[in-house]
Amino acid sequence: MIGLFNVASATAGASSVEWFDFSGKLGKQFIWVGASLVLAFLLLVIEGEFFIRTSVIHYAVNVLLLLAVLAVGKRIGGAKSWFSFGGIGIQPSEFAKTGTSLMLAWMLSRNQDRFNQWGSLFKAVAIVSLPAALVLLQPDAGTVLVFTGLILVFYREGLSGNVLIAVLCALLVTIATILSGASTVHYPGAGEATGAWILWAILLSIGGFLWATVPQWTVPRRRKRNRRAVLFSFAGSLILSVGLQFGLEEVLRPHQKDRIHVLFGIDVGNPDADYNIRHAKAAISSGGLVGKGFLKGPMTAYGFVPEQETDFIFCTIGEEWGLMGTTATLFLFTLLLLRILALAERQRSDFTRIYAYAVASILFMHYAINVGMVLGLAPVIGIPLPFISAGGSSLTGFTLLVFILLRLDAERFTVLR
Amino acid sequence: MKLRERQWIIGGIFLLISVIYLGRLVQMQVFAHEWKAYAARLTEETETLEPARGLIRDRFNNIVVNNKAGYDIWFTPRKCSAAGGLDTLALAELIEMTPDGLARAFRRAENYATYRPSRIQKQLTAESYARISGEMWRFPGVEVRRRSIRTNPSGLASHLVGEFREVDQNDLASNQGYRLGDYKGKSGLELQWESTLRGRRGTRHHIVDIRNDYREPAQAGMLDTLPVPGDDIQLTLDLELQAYGEHIMANKRGAIVAIEPATGEVLAMVSAPSYGTDLLTGRDRGANYDSLINHPNKPLFNRTLRATYRPGSIFKMIQGLIAMDRGVLRPSNRIACDRNIIGCHGPHRFDNLEEAIVHSCNPYFHEVMKRMIQDGSTGSIFSDAHQNLGTWSESVRTFGLGTDLGGHFPALRSGSVPDTTDYDRMYGRKRWAYSTIYSISIGEGELLTTPMHMANLAATLANRGHYITPHAVRGSEGIERMESGIDDRHFDAVIRAMSTVVTADDGTGNRAATPGVQVCGKTGTVQNPNGNHSVFIAFAPAENPQIALSVYVENAGAGGDWAAPIASLMIEKYLRHEVTQQAKEQRILEATYPFPELPL
Repeated sequence: MIGLFNVASATAGASSVEWFDFSGKLGKQFIWVGASLVLAFLLLVIEGEFFIRTSVIHYAVNVLLLLAVLAVGKRIGGAKSWFSFGGIGIQPSEFAKTGTSLMLAWMLSRNQDRFNQWGSLFKAVAIVSLPAALVLLQPDAGTVLVFTGLILVFYREGLSGNVLIAVLCALLVTIATILSGASTVHYPGAGEATGAWILWAILLSIGGFLWATVPQWTVPRRRKRNRRAVLFSFAGSLILSVGLQFGLEEVLRPHQKDRIHVLFGIDVGNPDADYNIRHAKAAISSGGLVGKGFLKGPMTAYGFVPEQETDFIFCTIGEEWGLMGTTATLFLFTLLLLRILALAERQRSDFTRIYAYAVASILFMHYAINVGMVLGLAPVIGIPLPFISAGGSSLTGFTLLVFILLRLDAERFTVLR
Repeated sequence: MKLRERQWIIGGIFLLISVIYLGRLVQMQVFAHEWKAYAARLTEETETLEPARGLIRDRFNNIVVNNKAGYDIWFTPRKCSAAGGLDTLALAELIEMTPDGLARAFRRAENYATYRPSRIQKQLTAESYARISGEMWRFPGVEVRRRSIRTNPSGLASHLVGEFREVDQNDLASNQGYRLGDYKGKSGLELQWESTLRGRRGTRHHIVDIRNDYREPAQAGMLDTLPVPGDDIQLTLDLELQAYGEHIMANKRGAIVAIEPATGEVLAMVSAPSYGTDLLTGRDRGANYDSLINHPNKPLFNRTLRATYRPGSIFKMIQGLIAMDRGVLRPSNRIACDRNIIGCHGPHRFDNLEEAIVHSCNPYFHEVMKRMIQDGSTGSIFSDAHQNLGTWSESVRTFGLGTDLGGHFPALRSGSVPDTTDYDRMYGRKRWAYSTIYSISIGEGELLTTPMHMANLAATLANRGHYITPHAVRGSEGIERMESGIDDRHFDAVIRAMSTVVTADDGTGNRAATPGVQVCGKTGTVQNPNGNHSVFIAFAPAENPQIALSVYVENAGAGGDWAAPIASLMIEKYLRHEVTQQAKEQRILEATYPFPELPL
C-alpha cells in the first residue's frame, strides 16, 4: 500500500511541471523514477542483515561525502550542497539522513540502558550532530531542521518527556522574542528600543517570583529540585531569548530575517521579500474547491510560482486540484506516517523499531516544514516534499530510506534479532 | 507511562499538524477571496484594440482627412542580449536616428524594463518602413508595430480640420477614458467632433505568464469585445473650391469665406497664409511648429474666424436697411454730400440710396443714422442717443454681427457692435451723443467683425432678409433660420445697388464682373496704418444666389483692386467649374504680400 503511494506520488510530482517538455525536468524526473524503482527492487531483495551490519560504514561514508561536498561541491543558490557529474546532480545530505538513521538505530539497539545515562545520550546526540553540523556548514538550514526532528526517536526510546515540553516552551519563547523584538517601544527616559526588553523583564519577574514561592507549595524533599527546575527553565528561556534576539539582529542575513518577519506578518520594507510566499499562497488559493484542472493552473503553468517543481510543488497541487487535491495529499501523508508508526511497533527487533521511528520523524519534518512553508505557517526554508518534489537525489534518498525499512519489516517474522 | 505508549503521543503530533494544515487550507482555498483576486490580477491581462477613427470628407465625399499607417519601432533589451547584441550603427541609420539618440533610447528602455518592450522611434512613414522591413531580422529584440495616424493628403482646410495629437495632462484628468500615449483631436473639427470620430475600443482578455507575454485567451474569448470604428463626418466644404481659394491666396495675407445662402453651408474657408496639416503631425511636429508659430505672417492664425476688422463701407448697406425698416428713410430720399460733416470722395453731390451705396457716400449714411439716433424724441441729444442706440444695436445684431452666429465655430470671435452700456462705460452715463459716435455710421469706429460674419452678411443679403446658421459639418444640430426682421421689399434698392457696383463702368467693384454670371457685390476699404485692407463681399448669381462670400486681402489697398477680382475668380470656379479669366487670375497669382515678398 505504501509502495503504491510512493509510485503514484512520484509520477504526479514529476508531471506538475508546465507542459510535456520531455527534454527538460520532466524527462529527467522520469529517469529518476525509473532508477528509484530499480533501487527499490534491489533493496527489497538484499538481506536486511546487510543493512544492519553495515550501518557504521554507511554512516561513515556519508560523513565523508558531506565533508567532500564542502570541499569540492558546486555552489548552488548560495550553498555548497551538490556534486555535479555532467548534468546530474547528487546531494549527499539526502543520503546522510538514511545513514544517520541506521547508525542511530545500531547504536541505540546495542545499548540497553539508554537515555538515563548521560554517556549514551551524549553519544546519540553526537551521532546526529556530526552530520547536522556538516550540513549546517554548507549551509542548508532546512536539512539541519530535519535532523533535529530525530528528537522524536529519542523520546520514544526513553528520553524524558520534559525535553519535549522544554522544546515547546523554547518555541514559544522564540516566537515571543521575534514578535517583541521586531516592535519598537518607547521607554520613558531611555528613548526607543525593541520591545524585547519587556519580554525579558516579564521572564525575569515570573522566574524570580516562582523561585521565591516554589518552596512554599512543594514538599521539602522536592524543593531543591523544583527550584533548580525553575531556575533552569527561566534562566534558560532568558538566555535563549537574548541569544535569539542577538542572532536575529546580528547573525542572520537580511533576507533570512525578512523571511521570518514575513511569516509573522510583520511589515517588511522590501516588497520582494515575500514574493515567493505571496505567489504561493495566491496559487493555492486560486485552486478553490476543485482546482482548475490538470495542467490548467495559470499561475503554476506560467511560472508565477518560483521553484514550483521542487520546494513549492504543493502549490501546483493546490492550484490544479483545489481543496480536494490538497486534502488528499495531506491525508495520504498522514496515513503514511501513521502506518510507519504502526509498523514500528509491531517489530520485535529494537533496531528496526528505532530505525522506523527515525524514518517517520524524517518524513514528518519534511512534510510539516514544506507544506507549512507553502501555506505561510512556517518560514520559507528550502526542503522538498518527499516523493512529490522533483529532484533525483531527493527521490533516491527517500527511496533508500523507506525501502530499507520495508525490507527489514518484511523479515520481522523470519529473522530473530 | 510505558515507552510503548509514547507512540500515541508521537502519532498525535503528526495528526495535530495535519489537522492544523487542513484548517489552513480550507481557509485559503474556500474562504479567502483576496488571494484568488490577486492570482487573477497576476495572470490575466486585458489588451486594448484600437478602433479606426472616422474619416472627414467634403460635400462630394472626397476624403479630406484620412487614416494611414505609421510605424513605430519597439525594443526589448532582454531579447537583444539573449541573442548576443546587434549592430547599433546600422540600426540607427535604418530607423532614422543618430547613434547617440539610439544609445539613449536603449538606455531608457533598459531602465524601464529589460523584458518589456519600449518605443524607441515613432512614426516612420510607410516608405521608410518598406525600405527597412527586409532588414529587421538582423536586429534581435527590435520589432515594428503599426499604428494608425491621421493625414490630410491635400493639406487643405488645415485651420478648419484642426490637429490630432497626443493627449496631455488635462485630457488624462478629464475622465473620458484616455490613457497615456493615446491620440485625440486637439483643435478644430477633430476636437469638436472627437466623440463621433473616436469610435469605441475593443478588448481582448489574455492569460499571461510571468514575463507578461500573452499565452492563451482567457475564458475562451467570451469576454472579448470588438472595437467599433468611429463614424465619418461630412463637411459642407467643396474641396475643389477650397483648393482653388488657397491657391490664389498664396503669398498673401487675408481670408475668403464662401457660404451657400439657402442652407448656411460653408463652401470654403480660406485663411492665408495656411499650412499643410501634416506638418503638425508626425515626428517633425516640434520643429515645424516652432517655425510656423514664429513666422511673421502668422500662418497658424485662423483669419476667417479670429481676425477682426472694421466692416467699413459694407456696413452702409445694413445702415440703409435698418433705416428703411424704421421708416426714417425711403430709397428715393436724396441727401446732400456735405463734406464738412464727414469726408467723402468722388464727384457725386446729391445721391439717393442706390447711388449712395454705389458711390459709398459717407455723409449720406451719416445723416441716415442720425435720423435714427438723434431723432429729437427727448429733449436732449444725450438722452436721444442713450434711448435709441439700443434698438439700433439690436437691429444690427439680427444680421449676425456681434453674435456667435449659432456657435458652430467655437473659435469664432463675435466681433463687436457697440451698445448703450459700452458708450456709457467709455464716456460716462449720458455723456455722449451722436456726434461722439458717428463713425459707426459708416462702418468705422467701435464696430468689429470677422470674415465669417461678412460672408454671412452676404448670405443674408442674398436671401433678402434671413440667414441660416452657418456650419461646416453636415448633420450638425441647431441649424436655424435667423430672421433680420426687415421686410423683403426694402432689399430691392440695396441689391440693385450691389449689382451696379459690379456692372457700372465706374463701379468700385467692376473687377468682380464675371463672364456669364450676374454678380452682386460691395467693396470695402478698411483703414489700417500699414495700408488699407482690401475687402469685398458678393453673392451670385443675382437672381438665385448659390454662393455668398467675403474676401479680405490685408494691406493691399482698395477693395475693388484685389478683393473684388478674387471674389470673381472664386465665383466663376464654383458656378462654372473652370476659370476662364486668365489675365485676372494671372494678376492675382503674381501678387504677393507685401512689397517686397516675405518667403513662407
